[in-house]
Amino acid sequence: MIRLEGVTKIFEGFRAVDRFSLVVDQGELMVLVGESGSGKTTTLKMINRLIDPSGGRIFVAGRDTGDQDPVLLRRSIGYVFQKIGLFPHMTVARNVSIVPALLGWKDKAAVNRRVDELLEVVGLEPERYRHRYPNELSGGQRQRVGVARALVAKPAVVLMDEPFGALDAITRSRLQKEYLRLHKSLGLTTLMVTHDIMEAFFLGDRVAVMKDGRLLQCDAPGKLLRRPADGYVESLLETPRTQLIRLEAIASEDDKS
Amino acid sequence: MITSRLAEQLALLPEYLGNHMILTLCALAIGISISIPVALLATRVGWLEWPVLAFAGVMQTVPALALLALMVPLLGRIGFAPALAGLVLYSMFPVLRNTVTGIKGVDPAYVEAARALGMTDGQLLWRVQLPLAAPVIVAGIRIASVWVVGIATLSTPVGSPSLGNYIFSGLQTQNFTAVLVGVVAAAALAMVLDLLIRLIEIAVSRRNLALGMTGALGLALLAIPALVPILATAEGRVGERSVVIGAKTFTEQYIIAELLRRRADDSGYRVSNLQSLGSTVVFDALKASRLDCYVDYSGTIWANYMKRRDQPGRQSVLKIMSAWLLKEHGIVCLGSLGFENAYALAMRKDRASSLGVRTISDLASRTPTLSIGGDYEFFARPEWEALREQYQLKFAARRSFDPTLMYPAVQRGVVDVISAFTTDGRIPAFGLVLLRDDRQILPPYDAVLLLSPAAARNTRLKRAFQPVIGRISDEEMRQANMLVDLKKSSISQAADWLSGQIEAGKKP
Repeated sequence: MIRLEGVTKIFEGFRAVDRFSLVVDQGELMVLVGESGSGKTTTLKMINRLIDPSGGRIFVAGRDTGDQDPVLLRRSIGYVFQKIGLFPHMTVARNVSIVPALLGWKDKAAVNRRVDELLEVVGLEPERYRHRYPNELSGGQRQRVGVARALVAKPAVVLMDEPFGALDAITRSRLQKEYLRLHKSLGLTTLMVTHDIMEAFFLGDRVAVMKDGRLLQCDAPGKLLRRPADGYVESLLETPRTQLIRLEAIASEDDKS
Repeated sequence: MITSRLAEQLALLPEYLGNHMILTLCALAIGISISIPVALLATRVGWLEWPVLAFAGVMQTVPALALLALMVPLLGRIGFAPALAGLVLYSMFPVLRNTVTGIKGVDPAYVEAARALGMTDGQLLWRVQLPLAAPVIVAGIRIASVWVVGIATLSTPVGSPSLGNYIFSGLQTQNFTAVLVGVVAAAALAMVLDLLIRLIEIAVSRRNLALGMTGALGLALLAIPALVPILATAEGRVGERSVVIGAKTFTEQYIIAELLRRRADDSGYRVSNLQSLGSTVVFDALKASRLDCYVDYSGTIWANYMKRRDQPGRQSVLKIMSAWLLKEHGIVCLGSLGFENAYALAMRKDRASSLGVRTISDLASRTPTLSIGGDYEFFARPEWEALREQYQLKFAARRSFDPTLMYPAVQRGVVDVISAFTTDGRIPAFGLVLLRDDRQILPPYDAVLLLSPAAARNTRLKRAFQPVIGRISDEEMRQANMLVDLKKSSISQAADWLSGQIEAGKKP
């Protein structure tokens, strides 16, 4: 569904993304993980042409994005932002209905029905939240609206840029579960960027590890754990492992006392 | 007494306020509709931003009075057009700057989000950047509106009546009721305008239609009375039975203009007075027949427009000047009114006698220990140059004053000598004495009634003004000026008195 072929991005002599190739299959949830500066967000933004690549080719649904009008391309792809995604001067309903408006949906009532439907899907009561402004919502509620906005025009492909990064642990884990459910039930193809390896393992059908603009390994979480391709991937897995061991140790101490 | 003075001033309010409002609203409307698109362009085309803001900034540093006055020769017109052009230039800077700042201040994350959702540049601008920058842009508009209301008072000297008429003539004639009415009206207008703009801003940001309508209705209500005087004037200008009389910015000019107005009025003309005009503005306006008549002084035309430095004597100056005016500009000099309002030097009476000074020659040797004060113009005029050279004047210090403050300054000894006008009522009132120009260096300043090339063909008008020619003496003019400047009489009372003198003079 999404195919990157030897994609390169050079910013003023600096290779942010270096000959990067990756295929995201239809219905797959692919997580792109790496430290900040690894080039993962740049890669994501090249897919909907917020950034144009310096070299290589990108296909979405079989079509070369380089041949498409970037504006129309973006309207066909759902996009969820890290922090400020919602426009502060628009209500929840107006934020969610931006893409239908851009697409020129004429039937106002149909748009309103669709907005309400999506608010329900992301777990926000339409009557209560429709007319609120973003600054009247909690962080979790805002991100739910962000997801509703990305999905409202029924995109086949969704790009997510650290969507749950700014949330507290409990809200994050709840939203992760809910998104996984939506991804499956709507048959979406999702590419998500995160620096949280646990999130990557929990959500991803496959996880792609990036470092210095290059792809180190792309495999299912189990395979990644069992057979890391190199020392860096292994070290990346070190942190969750030690955390798990400590957690078990603490639990067993409690049993003894 | 106070209420009648106030009533007299308030009667002028519809005309002045109406003109002021239409000028302000037009300038703001044009200024804003130029500034916002230009600012938006500047935010897109990077290299444009600096020159645009620099240009507007420079316009802002030009003193407003000078900016408006410069528009007169630039546009070759007086009245509404140059005033409007100056105000438009003046209104642009805060709107330009705030629009650029506002658009650039929108968080780049919102801009990227808008693009990621598939907005075009135009959609980004209208749906995201402008709404988010609106508070900053509106703040700029509010600053511009308050400035323009204030600066519009300066359109009076370029020939566009405004609330500035109250302020200019009030300060000159010591009529502080008039000044106060002008200032209060301008302040009230600024506040109302600011309030309405704020109302519309709130309405737009809250999408409150009712509030927005209230604001828009308020603006419309401001615009309607503003149009009335324009329509009235348009109607008044029809046909040649209307006359426009000009006046410069001092008491004597107001009184004479009022006297002429009555003459023309009695002959069945519809008369309007265009007052408090700048000295060159009024002459240019007459040349172009935008005014029908005003009174100037032979020495002014001799030195300023004919650039003559010689002094062939009073009658010769009159004759040569009249011929020159007709030949060069088609202006007809109907004759001298009889009095002379010359430049002179004046001192306190007691100070002059203790120094033994009666003439400028007497003064010359004492100048190194004395200071001199003059009006803004005086030290730049050829008369001062001539006096200084011919009498070898070497004053220790020289200071420029507003004419209103010059007389108290010499009275209190802040300066020893001042430049004065010979018909000024303040000379006797402040206990001053004029020093005789014993070597006849200064040119004569006969008050002459000038008619524009268009009015020169109007024999009826000439006949109406004829009885005033040669009828007013120096002493009478000084008395009439004193009535206004010191006795707090109105211009119209002084004109009453002066026409009484003229009638009385006819009988014997």
